[in-house]
Amino acid sequence: MEPNAPRRRWPALVGVAIVAALAAAGVTALLVNIIQRKTEAKQQFVKLVEVDENTVDPKVWGTNWPREYDSYLKTAETSRTNFGGGDASPEQKADRFPWLTRIFAGYAFSLDYRDRRGHAYMLLDQEKTRRVTERPQPGACLHCHASIIPAYRYVGKGDVMKGFEEVCAMKYQEARALKDASGKPLVDHPVSCVDCHDSKTLELRVTRPGFIVGIKALKAHQGVADYDPNRDATRQEMRSYVCGQCHVEYYFRGDRKTVTYPWKNGLKVEEIEAYYDEGSNFADGKPFKDWVHAESGAPVLKAQHPEFETWSQGIHARSGVACADCHMPYVREGALKVSDHWIRSPLLNVNRACQGCHPYSDAEIQGRVAQIQDRSYQLLQRAGGALTEMLDALKAAKAAGATDAQLAQARGLQRKAQWRLDFVAAENSMGFHAPQETARILGEAIDYGRQAQLSVEKLRLGEAAKPAEPAQKK
Amino acid sequence: MVTAIAFGLVGGLAAFTFRYAEGLSYLSSDPKACVNCHIMRDEYASWQHGPHHAAATCVQCHLPHAFVPKWWAKVVNGWNHSKAFTLQDFPEPIRIGPRNARILQENCLACHAEIVSELVHGSTTDEDAVLCVHCHRGVGHGAR
Repeated sequence: MEPNAPRRRWPALVGVAIVAALAAAGVTALLVNIIQRKTEAKQQFVKLVEVDENTVDPKVWGTNWPREYDSYLKTAETSRTNFGGGDASPEQKADRFPWLTRIFAGYAFSLDYRDRRGHAYMLLDQEKTRRVTERPQPGACLHCHASIIPAYRYVGKGDVMKGFEEVCAMKYQEARALKDASGKPLVDHPVSCVDCHDSKTLELRVTRPGFIVGIKALKAHQGVADYDPNRDATRQEMRSYVCGQCHVEYYFRGDRKTVTYPWKNGLKVEEIEAYYDEGSNFADGKPFKDWVHAESGAPVLKAQHPEFETWSQGIHARSGVACADCHMPYVREGALKVSDHWIRSPLLNVNRACQGCHPYSDAEIQGRVAQIQDRSYQLLQRAGGALTEMLDALKAAKAAGATDAQLAQARGLQRKAQWRLDFVAAENSMGFHAPQETARILGEAIDYGRQAQLSVEKLRLGEAAKPAEPAQKK
Repeated sequence: MVTAIAFGLVGGLAAFTFRYAEGLSYLSSDPKACVNCHIMRDEYASWQHGPHHAAATCVQCHLPHAFVPKWWAKVVNGWNHSKAFTLQDFPEPIRIGPRNARILQENCLACHAEIVSELVHGSTTDEDAVLCVHCHRGVGHGAR
């Protein structure tokens, strides 16, 4: 027995050692994991390079803030929802809304008008569109399609406002090719970090002159004198204002094509219309028109993506929800809370964008949005149909020799109808930003369209009825 | 001898890890223990801004009040939370699960039973019962 004892104890000892080793390894792994989590909890960034107000290249900022930069780069990825986005060459809107070609008769938007892609493509897609390649366009377009402020500062010799006005008045191609004294291109990047972030403090701020002037006029209308968003706005307001710098209705003012936001009377569709209709707002003393409609001869307006205005009429704005809350929701990276700079449709990110506030399943949330958008879409198509018939009637009356005086009323109604239809069609949310407001606007569009049609029909019937009812009324 | 050293080392390492991870704090009812993990920062901050801040701490709403159910819930949640946070395998945004929702509902009534006695009849924790927080969402963690 004696000689066997050590031999029997060896396997037991080896077993104990293995168990102890495994336990030690497990506890150490846990310890390291805890250390890692604790390290994450210490928020930090490393400032490796200096950025200043002229650093438009987002790659430079990306050295210091790689998380934000990485997600910003993803705006180049293809994304598509039911009613927007697209790949290399997105769908023509007129394929979905054939009436757009009629509405825009005689205007560059009848040439080429595609769905939008991500922020990464804003400059490229502008250069490519036939509206720019085949029609002369001003430097004003770059106000929102490029990271432009350093160019304004350079041209204005330090005065951004002056440079802004100068660049707006240039030819598009001339402004696009602007270079600084050392020959470095000044207009070379789509929207970039410096457009929304102060280079010293990283605080949100607005830079676009059009917005700064526009919001000041709006606030003055609301009774707030001398409003400066960079001084007076709350952080939560800034989380919408930075987007409202560009996702708005605007027009090019006067011969110098100064980008102007028509907010003097408010943000609602009829308040903006009242601004355009008031001749005293314009140098020539006449109501503003974007172009004269080729079929009817009516002086009409073009609406441009009034997302900010439409959102301002909806329940999310009323509840204090900012653009960034849904389009740039917070994501957690370790212990860091980073707002997602992959700006895109919330429908592609329901988990982050919606479920933080709405604790329902993905399918339920997608279903709610689809219901709102499908209803808006149906009503939009119906309005498009009504306005097509309006144009048919106007065109026929004009061909039959109706005079300008006879058509004046119908043309005025066409202007109203078309402005409303386009205000919804050009807006990028298919009604979601403010469902009831969208339906109200489309209801008015249909009404004005049919009124215009009736006005023309009355002309025709009036002519026929004339001998039967002589001089009953004037 | 070797066995003793082996287990001593493992035991020491484990004890250090436990202390480093502030293991003892989990035996307390201090709300700060809940925010040991950064993942709970939003919940902690929003509780500080919510109306119940002055009236109730984390455990008063989220753990049963009786001794045995309370410690059993601590064991179950402690295990689930540690596992999830270590492996980082949980879905976000974080949501309360059915077991904890029931505890929460019972705790609403633990304080407010008298005032709602005319409103609430029968079980309020059945699957299709309406929970207090369905309408009173903002009381614990502030308005959203």
